[in-house]
Amino acid sequence: MQKGASSNATPDTEQGISFFNDRKIRAVAYQIAALFMVGLLGYYLFSNTVANLQRQAIATGFGFLNKQASFEIGESLIHYSAADTYVRALLVGVLNTLKVAFVGIVLTVVLGTFLGIARLSTNWLVAKLAAVYIEVMQDIPILLQLFFWYSFFYDILPAPREAIEPFAGVFMSNRGLVFAVPQWHPVYTYIAAAGLAGCIGAYVLRKWARKRQERTGQIFPVFIFSLGIIIGLPFVTWLSAGAPHKMSVPQLVGFNFQGGLNMSPEFGALLLGLVLYTAAFVAEIVRAGIQAISKGQTEAAMAIGLKRGQILNLVILPQALRVIIPPLTSQMLNLTKNSSLAVAIGFPDFVSVASTTINQTGQAIEGISLIMLVYLCFSLLTSLFMNWYNKKMALIER
Amino acid sequence: MVQLPRDNNQTDRLRAPVIRIGAWQWLKSNLFNGVFNSVVTILVCISLYKIIPPFVRWAFIDSLWLSTADQCRAGDGACWSIIPANIRFIIFGFYPYELHWRPTVAMIMLISLLFYSKNRNHWNTSLGYIWIAGLLIMGILMRGGIWGLTAVESDQWGGLPLTLMLSVFGMFAAYPLGILLALGRRSKMPAIKTLCILYIELIRGVPLISLLFMSAVLFPLFLPAGLTVNKIIRAQAAIILFTAAYIAEVVRGGLQAISRGQYEAAESLGLNYVQKMRLVVLPQALKIVIPPTVGILISAFKDTSLVVIIALYDILKTTRSVLGNPSWMGFSPEAYIFVALIYFVCCYAMSNYSRRLERELHS
Repeated sequence: MQKGASSNATPDTEQGISFFNDRKIRAVAYQIAALFMVGLLGYYLFSNTVANLQRQAIATGFGFLNKQASFEIGESLIHYSAADTYVRALLVGVLNTLKVAFVGIVLTVVLGTFLGIARLSTNWLVAKLAAVYIEVMQDIPILLQLFFWYSFFYDILPAPREAIEPFAGVFMSNRGLVFAVPQWHPVYTYIAAAGLAGCIGAYVLRKWARKRQERTGQIFPVFIFSLGIIIGLPFVTWLSAGAPHKMSVPQLVGFNFQGGLNMSPEFGALLLGLVLYTAAFVAEIVRAGIQAISKGQTEAAMAIGLKRGQILNLVILPQALRVIIPPLTSQMLNLTKNSSLAVAIGFPDFVSVASTTINQTGQAIEGISLIMLVYLCFSLLTSLFMNWYNKKMALIER
Repeated sequence: MVQLPRDNNQTDRLRAPVIRIGAWQWLKSNLFNGVFNSVVTILVCISLYKIIPPFVRWAFIDSLWLSTADQCRAGDGACWSIIPANIRFIIFGFYPYELHWRPTVAMIMLISLLFYSKNRNHWNTSLGYIWIAGLLIMGILMRGGIWGLTAVESDQWGGLPLTLMLSVFGMFAAYPLGILLALGRRSKMPAIKTLCILYIELIRGVPLISLLFMSAVLFPLFLPAGLTVNKIIRAQAAIILFTAAYIAEVVRGGLQAISRGQYEAAESLGLNYVQKMRLVVLPQALKIVIPPTVGILISAFKDTSLVVIIALYDILKTTRSVLGNPSWMGFSPEAYIFVALIYFVCCYAMSNYSRRLERELHS
């Protein structure tokens, strides 16, 4: 370092101010003191814990993971029985959490966007109803809402014998929600593949259309054609297989329904509670995002001759989404974190399985560390996505 | 001024302004402007007609307010009787019956203090002392043991006082901690900065329930043998640690919003770090973040309900144990609506206040 620069940075030492008043030395001292305190606290807790564990003869380490779990789990996406290991039980829990989070996020975004737009509706009645919904839902704890929906399923809905049928093929009873689904047919695999191919085709088409527009200035109606490809391909596949339309309709056999797709009361209550609660927050985010775009933007877009669809697509949405996506992502993470409340209503999510594991093995430290680790992974993934998105969307100024 | 040439066609096409007054005009411009809106209005009205009259019938006309559980089972309306019949237990939990006046007085004190603090003219140093004294007296009222008050161990506390205590004490203790964390995160010292970031991101990344589990199961393991800490205090500690991380992020936002010039001006006056922060930066930063802080207070208040999961008797848990009583089983909607109403009134008052404050501070 040059002489001038160093004298600039540390004028104190130059003037012979005492050792303790030097800013740099102080900073180092503070940091060492802080680290030392944290280390001391950590050591204190650690040594206490080790002593306590030895005294209570609690095993340590993750060896228990490979032992037999010997408890049943109500619902599972993968095959699981009580004879499986703890690892598999915990995996079932993680998958159940992801299931609730995925379905919940999709429904929340749909409902929240709808409510946010309704909140800004010019229709007084719709706007007021949306406002009341948002205010009420935000002000009632999510746990209370979960208990309410859980009791709705168990206390209010009748037994399967007198199940309510709001729509044909949908039955609501205290055993959960059962609805008719198409009977499995091998062609559905091909339909899914066709749908995927349609999406890829639409993506390629969009790229090509943009290139062509840049080259020639001609606009290709991408939206209609993409829609045609994405819906048309699976439809043609379905027709070519002879249009199978056999449905698996729930039938009352004995005390419960057979066939159809069953949604347990626990899953139903959890999903309903999480979606209705989080949608209120998402609605506020969507409303703020729409309101953040000044009217001048729309008018400027009109002035350069864009059509309504183009204004929405090219001017309004890119700007509104920049405002909406970051808080929306954090709400999605909130929904995932709140799904841990499943433990209170008995849905076997990750926290619930982990707490059963803790109760059986007594290894609380490992169990709680696992819970924290899994949720930290979720939030880490979310923030990685956020960073990527922010970088992609950041305003490029000058 | 130059007289601009007038486009005659333009002026002719201008219509006389529509006077937007009267019920009919209001309906026309707010409910029936356009075909789509008219259809929506009619659909909404039909569904409201389907929902509201049966609900009113259930909640008010056919309902029973002061009856026994058996009379309730005979009727088909709402059974609000579950509330008056069990109100003492729902509100106070296992607090000794003849001493209920003490938590009542404490709650009234808390509410009047909150109302007193609402007025911004009362915001000064003495208000801080009033709060400290008030909280101390409330604690003494709850705990007893001196001034001839019978001691009530904190494992007997429950119901609404517990909910309020967890959120108010949680907020008060978390606030300074949150400010320290925010300052640490903005610090230029890498070790301190890293520690603060680690703490904040770790806590914000995990659900509160995992911290509550930790307080219930792990905390006893962390302490030396023989030393035990009450369950409520442990839950309170978890809530404080959790809330502090969120407050830290809010305060950091405020610190970032203060322009560099303020920091530099304070430094050029010769203030040291503590003086600079205490006298110049924090007063401005904290003022900006009052509305989001109230938002944190609201979510902290709602989040205290999670202590149900570690079996503390807050107001939600007392309600649930009333519902577990065989004679009152099955009246859960009524009971939950009652608790929801309590939460709603508190949170709505707070959020309304925060919105008003935001408007006042902005202007």
